[in-house]
This record gives sequence, structure tokens and C-alpha cells, in this order.
Amino acid sequence: MTELLRIEGLTVTPQNAPDKLLVNNVSFTLESGKTTCVVGESGSGKSLTALSVMGLLSSQLRLAQGKVIFQGQDLVGISNDELRKIRGGRIGMIFQEPMTSLNPVLTIGKQIGETLIVHQGLRGQALKARIAALLEQVGIPASRANSYPDELSGGQRQRVMIAMSIACEPVMLIADEPTTALDVTVQAQILALLNELKTRMNMAMLFITHDFGVVADIADDVVVMFRGEIVESGPVADVLHNPQHPYTQALLACVPDADGKRPLKPIDYAWLNEGAAA
Amino acid sequence: MSEIILSARNLTKSYKQRSGRFGLGTMLVKALDHVSLDLRQGSTLAVVGESGSGKSTLARCLLQLLPLDAGEVLFQGQDLAKLSGSALREQRRYLQMVFQDPFASLNPRMRVGQIVGEGLLIHQLGTRDEQHDKVVRMLQRVGLSEADMQKYPHQFSGGQRQRVGIARALVLEPKVVVCDEPVSALDVSIQAQILLLLKELQQEMALSYLFISHDLRVVRHVADEVAVMYQGKLIEQGSVESIYDAPAQEYTRNLLQSIPGRRALAA
Repeated sequence: MTELLRIEGLTVTPQNAPDKLLVNNVSFTLESGKTTCVVGESGSGKSLTALSVMGLLSSQLRLAQGKVIFQGQDLVGISNDELRKIRGGRIGMIFQEPMTSLNPVLTIGKQIGETLIVHQGLRGQALKARIAALLEQVGIPASRANSYPDELSGGQRQRVMIAMSIACEPVMLIADEPTTALDVTVQAQILALLNELKTRMNMAMLFITHDFGVVADIADDVVVMFRGEIVESGPVADVLHNPQHPYTQALLACVPDADGKRPLKPIDYAWLNEGAAA
Repeated sequence: MSEIILSARNLTKSYKQRSGRFGLGTMLVKALDHVSLDLRQGSTLAVVGESGSGKSTLARCLLQLLPLDAGEVLFQGQDLAKLSGSALREQRRYLQMVFQDPFASLNPRMRVGQIVGEGLLIHQLGTRDEQHDKVVRMLQRVGLSEADMQKYPHQFSGGQRQRVGIARALVLEPKVVVCDEPVSALDVSIQAQILLLLKELQQEMALSYLFISHDLRVVRHVADEVAVMYQGKLIEQGSVESIYDAPAQEYTRNLLQSIPGRRALAA
């Protein structure tokens, strides 16, 4: 058990409204070889939390408070140059939309290569060999290195994104809804691939999702967010099967089960607000 | 078993698609390949499939929003594919659609009252006062208020906009409603609200739903019957229990296996 990342008291506000707490005093830790899922609905602050860790908050927003301690170093307040060396190097990233994240006029081999040139200074045959090896690792034939993104399916594009994110053998991977835009069978393949890579490379994974089904398949630990705050966190089995907070209980009751045995129950926000006040 | 209200026979539709580098070539894509299905009065038939399977093309072809290459759509004793102009318009009142994206499917320059009332105006149903009353009652039924008539779509949340979309479709008292991924753009808590609302309205208004979805968890909860589409073909159909408990096709089994959290979240 090595603690890799410790987030302490993370608070994000809009630049022009310092009283509006979009992320409110969020703290949790990540360990090597483990996946932590941050789950919540839109507006819960889950993506802002991930962006804050990477130092990628939009200029409209401000990290008002908090520390992001990665391998003993606080990433908050370090220079952009230093951050850039860490992002794509020791921290890999994957986003939701593989098509908008890829450059349509460069071959996928070139795009994977960019990371390797910038961070590791690879050139020539060494570069080519590494690109081929990475493609094979994510299940794409090395011969596809000369393909353009539009010649690939959505699932293959996301595999290319994963190849780019693990190119420099990161110790931590941040994935923001990486399977949300994919078909369900492709989603299952990508989740299996991420799981395998996490284990093989002993990475810590910070996985953002709105889907409790995905959480059940990939998480070791779960952090549940609601209106900018963590309402509950713990090992995945505890949170899914024995949720303590009324919001977690209500959110789980909205998720349709695959056997259709449990009736759907929408969240009663009035009751929840009362419960929170009490 | 109740009687069949909408019946599709051998629906066929192809698109030309650009292919090859720079899109210089063309290739024919069979979006619908001899698809036949029956929708029973008062029930929900879910059409499931992945992207590109042809399920949305099916929805649009059933309502004659896209012309078919071949096949017939039988509704109230008539073949919709052969109707045109005013005869088709007359039938459209009974065939409504709820769209996926409540952001894109509502005109941003129209007030909600106009959006919901437009169908009544086009079909000349009742006097102005009666139309107004109908719109108010429908909005209230879907959980909105009379005051909301004066608002524009952007003043609502995603879930509320989908309520407007449902009111717009149902104010005409249709018989068949095609729901094309009606909850896939919504948060899971809102999704549950909208699914329950659709179910209540189905019972109150004796609606028959054709429910297009890629989400097999949602389908398990809403469908009476399920049809599985793959590459333009309908490969399997049957009662929701038979499809989920004993799928005959390898592809269907694979789909069901891929449901995230299937075992861990079982009730």
C-alpha cells in the first residue's frame, strides 16, 4: 500500500463568485494499483475535482483552497512548465470524447509519438518500435499506426487515447468518463483493458463516472459526490451494498438493475434536504 | 394478448455513404434490412441495438419522417408508406415522437406554451380557449405549471425540457408514441422520474410505446417485448423475460453480458 496522491481540502469557486463552492473541501487519497471511482450526477463537482488535480481548471474558475500532494510534492502552485512535465509523464489522462481529443489530420502513430518525443526524447527506430509496442498493448495491430482517426471506430480511438496516456508509463491514470460515449459491448472491452493495464503497470487510477454499473465493475474504492461535497466514501463493496448516506441510498435506488427486479425509485430531494438539515 | 396497433412488414432502407480515403468512394449501407415487427395496443416494444444498428432509422421510417425504400407500415388499416399529404398528416396526430435530446428538439425561439400547443393548432383541434386549457392540463400532468407556458426552453433543466417534449407529443392524444432514447441524455435520478412518468401516462392514456434504447438496464424496466437489432437486421425478438433470461442469439448474449455492474448490482 503506497499512498500516491493525497487531496486535502480541495475547494473550487468561480472567479467572480467566491462564495459559490463548486467543489467544497474535498479530501481523499489514491494508492498504487488501486482504482478510485468518483461518482456523482452532473454538477456534483466530480470532473472539476479531476481537473484540479491535473491543474487544468478553466480560467473562469479558481482553486480557492487545498493541496494536491502527488508523490510527496504539492502540485498546487507549481509552475506550468513543471506541471506539463508531470502531465503525460508520471500522470496519464483520458477523456470522454476520443474523436475531439484526437487530431484528425495526423496519423495515430504520429500522435502517440508526440508524447514520447516530448517526454522521453525518443527518435527514429526506437520511437517506431515503442509506438508499435504501445498499439499492441491496447489491442490495435501495429500496422494501424499510419491510420487517421476517422478510419477507426469509437472503441479503437479510445484505445489510441489509452496508448497515448500510458506511453510514458505513468504511475497514475486519470480517466474522466472514458466509456460514456461508447457502445455497451465496447465499454466492457475498454473497462477490461484499463483494469488489466492498471494491474500490470501497478498504476493508481482516478476514474470519474456517473454510472454505478461501471463503478461496480472497475472500482476498488468509491467517493460519492453531491453538490460539490463528498457525502460518502469507502471500499466499493461497502458503498454499493451497505450505503450509509441517504443520498447514496437514493442514487443507487434510481439505477435500474439488469434483472428488472427492483422497482425504480426517483430521488425525493425534499426529503433529502430535510435529512441533511436534521 | 392485446391486438396489434402498428405493424411493420419488410422495411428496407439504404443510405449511400462516402468511404475510402478523402471520401472519394461510395458504399451502400443497409440501415434497415427486411425488418418486420408488431406493436401491441397498450404495450411497450423496446428496440435495442448499438450505434449504427439501424434503430433510429427504424423509428423515423415507421413515422414516415424518412421515406422507405420498400416495405409497409400498417396503422389503423392503412399503409402509412402509401399515404401522402393531408392523409398522412391526419394520421400523424396519432403517431407522435419523443426525442433524445431535449436541448436540440425544442425550438429555442418559441415559448413552451407555443411549442406544446402547436400540434393542436396544426390539426385544428378545438377553439383557442380549449387549446389553451388542454396545454395547461397537459403541462400540469407532466409536472410543470401554467406559468411555464410563458418561458423559453433554455429556462428549464434537462429533465424539465424532456417533460415539455413529452407534453408536446401527448397533448394530441396519440395512440402510438415512438420514444427515441428519451432518457439517455439525463442524469440517473432524472431518468428514473421520466421513466415512471412515461409509464403512468401510458396507463392513463392507453398509449402504445415503441421505445428505442441502447441501455439494456432501462429496457428491462420499461419493456413488455424486446426486439434486438444488429447491422440493420432484426435478429431476435420476444417477451422481455425470454430475451433476458434465455437469449437465443450469440450477439444478444454478448450485449447482456456487457451490462456494467450486472452481477454486483443485482437485486
